[in-house]
Amino acid sequence: MTDSALATNPVPVAPAATVAPKITVRDLHFYYNGFHALKGINMDIPEKQVTAIIGPSGCGKSTLLRIFNRIYAIYPKLEAKGEILLDGDNILDPRYSMNRLRSKVGMVFQKPVPFPMTIFENVAYGIRHHEKLSRKDMEGRVEQALRNAALWDEVKDKLKQNALGLSGGQQQRLCIARAIALKPEVLLLDEPTSALDPIATGRIEQLVEELKSQFTIVIVTHNMQQAARVSDQTAFMYLGELIEYDRTEKIFTKPGKKQTEDYITGRFG
Amino acid sequence: MNTLYLRRRIANALAMALSLLATLVGLAFLAWILWETLRQGVGALDLKLFTKITAYGEDGGLLNSMVGSLVINFIGIGIATPIGVLAGTWLAEYANRTKLGESIRFLNDILLSAPSIVMGLFVYTIIVLPSTALTHGSTSFSGFAGGVALALIALPVIVRTTDEMLRLVPSTLREAALSLGVPQWKLTLQILIRAARSGIITGVLLALARISGETAPLLFTAFGNNYMAVNPLEKMSSLPQIIYQYANDPGDAMHALAWAGAFVITMFVLLLSLASRLILSRTKVSHD
Repeated sequence: MTDSALATNPVPVAPAATVAPKITVRDLHFYYNGFHALKGINMDIPEKQVTAIIGPSGCGKSTLLRIFNRIYAIYPKLEAKGEILLDGDNILDPRYSMNRLRSKVGMVFQKPVPFPMTIFENVAYGIRHHEKLSRKDMEGRVEQALRNAALWDEVKDKLKQNALGLSGGQQQRLCIARAIALKPEVLLLDEPTSALDPIATGRIEQLVEELKSQFTIVIVTHNMQQAARVSDQTAFMYLGELIEYDRTEKIFTKPGKKQTEDYITGRFG
Repeated sequence: MNTLYLRRRIANALAMALSLLATLVGLAFLAWILWETLRQGVGALDLKLFTKITAYGEDGGLLNSMVGSLVINFIGIGIATPIGVLAGTWLAEYANRTKLGESIRFLNDILLSAPSIVMGLFVYTIIVLPSTALTHGSTSFSGFAGGVALALIALPVIVRTTDEMLRLVPSTLREAALSLGVPQWKLTLQILIRAARSGIITGVLLALARISGETAPLLFTAFGNNYMAVNPLEKMSSLPQIIYQYANDPGDAMHALAWAGAFVITMFVLLLSLASRLILSRTKVSHD
């Protein structure tokens, strides 16, 4: 998209980012059982940066995130219209392979949900579905993923133990390891720290900071301080619309819209 | 003290006392049953109970009935488990929240509460009568027919528990697996069934406990046999059936044998329940 097109577009599409967009959302509408949940979203998500989506409950932020890997499609009566381009290809096109999409776009959920298996198997499980690796290569991949998720030192001596024995914060880092083990290009984080205590939250935030050199990260959060701490740009959503989308420091210091200002100053939400 | 609080404390004490009383009444009957079966059957609880067959009457034991019960229950649970687990899985994972799924769930609940003698008559009609006609009477009543009748009783129990246990698995676990690109069938087989495993096994054990005490469906199907039979195509004795038969006998020695048989069944069911409790508590997993 050229600068002139950006200038004439009435909706906030992208912050003044110099990086090429990894994901481009164009005129995205979403319907829950007929309820119009997302109303014409347009946004560009830059590569290898952290983009935060904030807004009050029910504004559609999680809904938007859940379209990026089409996980919404497992439930009946949900419908997305519009375009989401991942590296230029429309992922909403039914011909776009689900396997390809989900190996490119990883997701971490609100509650840590380890699989009922060992720590090692939790990480190896997804890899095994997409790649055939020798035992040694697999061990290397699992170790690398766990190191990347800053969990290796805590679990290296108990890889054969059940993952459900880990603490909540460790379980969430295991889920991050499981997602990045597939070497995705995009990492979606859906309120990844809302079930965690402040120390575990701090570790995850630090991890996000470290991971952005390798992945394009989109994080949905209820916590505005978190958005301010970890993200490069922030999108504010309200009632299914993208109200404002800009550099994080701009959103939190000189928001362009009254609604954004009211929300970040705590006047509602 | 405030009268409002006083009233609440009285109501609380009253409710507590009533619940305790109700619990004691329930437990008292259970203890009484266990005590009576032990007391009345203790005279016949000796080695010959487990070594001799019923053909010797009051000098015999219940060996052929125990073997028969094991064979028939094994057939019943062997048929019901794979069908029940698959059907429950289909209901929970593929037909959940669909009209068809809801209707089948409803029909399964009807089957769950159907009188067991109806199952016996049904199997009599679809297996015993045709096999008699086909083999000119050489195979009529059989342990196999008894097993099928018991399978029909165990089936809805297993369907129901599998369905419920799978639906208890948080949907976030499904989303997490699917977001890795794992297909639905792998998710179901390798993750969901594993997550619900202990509940499903418990359901199977409870179904086994349920059918091991059934008498009515066996009267029309396995019939009974005073001699040892291990071939399921023959008439077969079973513990509930022999208890029913001996209880109707005028002799006291026969009554003692019946009581001893009742004690054996009760202990078997008790052990199954304990085993299922053990499995549930040992592998309890939490996703919270």
